[in-house]
Formats: sequence, structure tokens, C-alpha cells
Amino acid sequence: MSELQKRQIQLEVLRYNPETDSAPRFQSYSVPCLDEWVVLDALNYVKDHLDPTLSYRWSCHMAVCGSCGMMVNGEPKLACKAFIHEYKEGQIKVEPLANFPIERDLVTVVEDFISKLASVKPYLIPKSDQPVSAGEFKQTPAELKKFKQYTLCINCMLCYAACPQYGLVPEFLGPAAIALAHRYNQDSRDGGRDERQEVVASDEGVWECSFVGACSEVCPKHVDPAGALQQVKVASTIDWYKEHLMPWVKK
Amino acid sequence: MSSKPYVREVSKTTWFMSQPRYKRYMAREVTCIFIFAYTFLLIVALARLAEGQEAFEAFVQALGSPLGVLFNVVVLIATIYHSMSWFNVTPQAMPIQRGEEFVPGNIIVGAHYGAWAVVSLIILFWGM
Repeated sequence: MSELQKRQIQLEVLRYNPETDSAPRFQSYSVPCLDEWVVLDALNYVKDHLDPTLSYRWSCHMAVCGSCGMMVNGEPKLACKAFIHEYKEGQIKVEPLANFPIERDLVTVVEDFISKLASVKPYLIPKSDQPVSAGEFKQTPAELKKFKQYTLCINCMLCYAACPQYGLVPEFLGPAAIALAHRYNQDSRDGGRDERQEVVASDEGVWECSFVGACSEVCPKHVDPAGALQQVKVASTIDWYKEHLMPWVKK
Repeated sequence: MSSKPYVREVSKTTWFMSQPRYKRYMAREVTCIFIFAYTFLLIVALARLAEGQEAFEAFVQALGSPLGVLFNVVVLIATIYHSMSWFNVTPQAMPIQRGEEFVPGNIIVGAHYGAWAVVSLIILFWGM
């Protein structure tokens, strides 16, 4: 068996214990990392061998569950997708996802995102009720392709951590929630757009977005939420003109 | 659940210094001020024109001064940067689906540059 490349990494982890700390502080761990490790492996090493009190969320270790989002050297990353060998300096700084309150160590309070996501009704709302006996809702490959990329969202919230607008205006509905609303609006089987628009096209909805584009740059699944938001703006603007200039035209 | 989650404050004035991508965004937004300034200059030009030939000729002469030329060059650079930064994101805002596939982004961006070139050439030859 060949000798695996080992490298000593200084892992600087932001720690916060709500019971004893008034503010977070960095704690340094020296971790013997294998070259193919990801940051999550290094955190697991700390948890298993150096400090069992370290708290962080993770589950699948394969960029599917969306639990291990955190700031790695200031950049929103999935810890399971941030390879150690990409950080040449030998020191890696790990902090909880930006723009979210810190619950404990690397664990953030995510209720705000969860309630915003629920508010856009991210599920199919059929145009009309149809008995099961009527058969399935059919869709062509082109109709599927229209929204497919948005279905890849794993709700990891990296886009919220990257979005300066969300950091400055916490009421902003945010990238993933609007991108998912767009995903269902674009679905040929769906008829729920009017219901979603009440939230999506409000002042705290898509109009808070100023197209920084950071959300799409950090998205680990290439969903391109920034693109979705601009398309929602275009559609909402067309709605406005139809309503005010051509009130006789139905939406 | 803890009762006191820690909230990290975001600076309202210096937030964009923390990331290169935020700086690029601010550059795109700030360059629009130069376009505003040039629009203002056009309005001043109209006002001078309304005042009569003498006032307008003095205005045109002022544009030819080193300061006037410098202003135009700076505005041109800022406008080009501003326009390019928007052209380059058009595929995200206006995807075009033909049949099953989406039209490649560089064709949409290229169409914008093409339209820009055509309009510029028309204005150039029309003004000559």
C-alpha cells in the first residue's frame, strides 16, 4: 500500500458557547490531514481525537444534504466539498455561515430561511384538481429542462451567506427561496404563481435584490439563483405593465 | 436550543470591502454616476443651445479644453466598464430556450456587443 500524503494543518475554528461566552472566539487545532481530505474530515478528526465539545452540522458527506455549509477562509462552502489540498497556506479558518445568528460553534440559527422558504409555497399547486383516474400530468423534455437546474437546490444556504443584501436587510426573502418559487412557476404542471407572487414580488421579495450575483458564484450545485431572480423581476415587471396599461388583458 | 444566539453585525458602510466580488459589484454600480454626469452635460448642452449660437459655441469650446477632454475620456471608460459588466450577465436574466436546449450564453452576450457596435457605427456616420 502506498503511503498517503499527510499534511499538518492549522484549523482556526470560531467557537461560541451560549452558556458561557459573551462573544465568539477562535480556537486553533493542529490536524494531521490526508491530501484527499475535505474540511469536514478535518473537523471530524478534531471531534474524534482533539475536542469532543466542537459542534457543527453534517450528514451525507457528499454535497447532497446541504447541512455542512460554513465559511472556509471567508468563503461560503460546503465543508464536505472544500478540499484541503486547495488551501496551500497550511492554515484554514472555519466560521459559521455568515448572515445567520450563531447557535453554538459552527451551528447557525436557520429558522429565518426555513420560514421564508415555506412562505413561497415550494411545491406543485395544480391548475385544477384532477382525479387520480385521469392519469399523470405529462411533461415534455423541453418543459422539464425549463426548470430542471432549479430543482438541484439543496437548501444549503450558502447563497444567503454570500448575499450582502440579505446581510444588510434581513427581511429580504433571499436567493434560494425565490429561485425555488421560480422553479415551480416555470413548471408546466403548476398553477400557483399568483399565490407565490404575493410574497415573491413584494418589497421584501425580489425587489430587494440588486444583482450582486454572489449567490450564483458560491452555489455548490450551479443552480444560478441570481439568474432566477432577474427572470422573476422581468416577469413581475411585465405583470405590472399588463395590469396598469392593459387592464383588459388577463394575466 | 440556546436562548442567546450570537448575531454578527454587518457594517453598513464598509461591507463591500470584505470580498473582491463585492468590490466588482460596487464598481459596476458606481460607474453609473459617470453616466448620470454625462446625461447632465447633455442637458446643459441643450440649455446653452437654447441661449443662442454664441453660448453654444463657447460650450463646445469648453468641451475641447484639457479638462473637457479628460472628463469625456473618464466617462467613456466608466461607461464601457458599466455596459460590459451588464452585457456579461444578460444570459442569466434573459435565457432563451430553443426546443429543448438553451441558447449558449456567449451568443446572447455577443448579440449585445454586436448591437452596440452597429448603433455606434450608425451614430458615427450619421454625425459625420
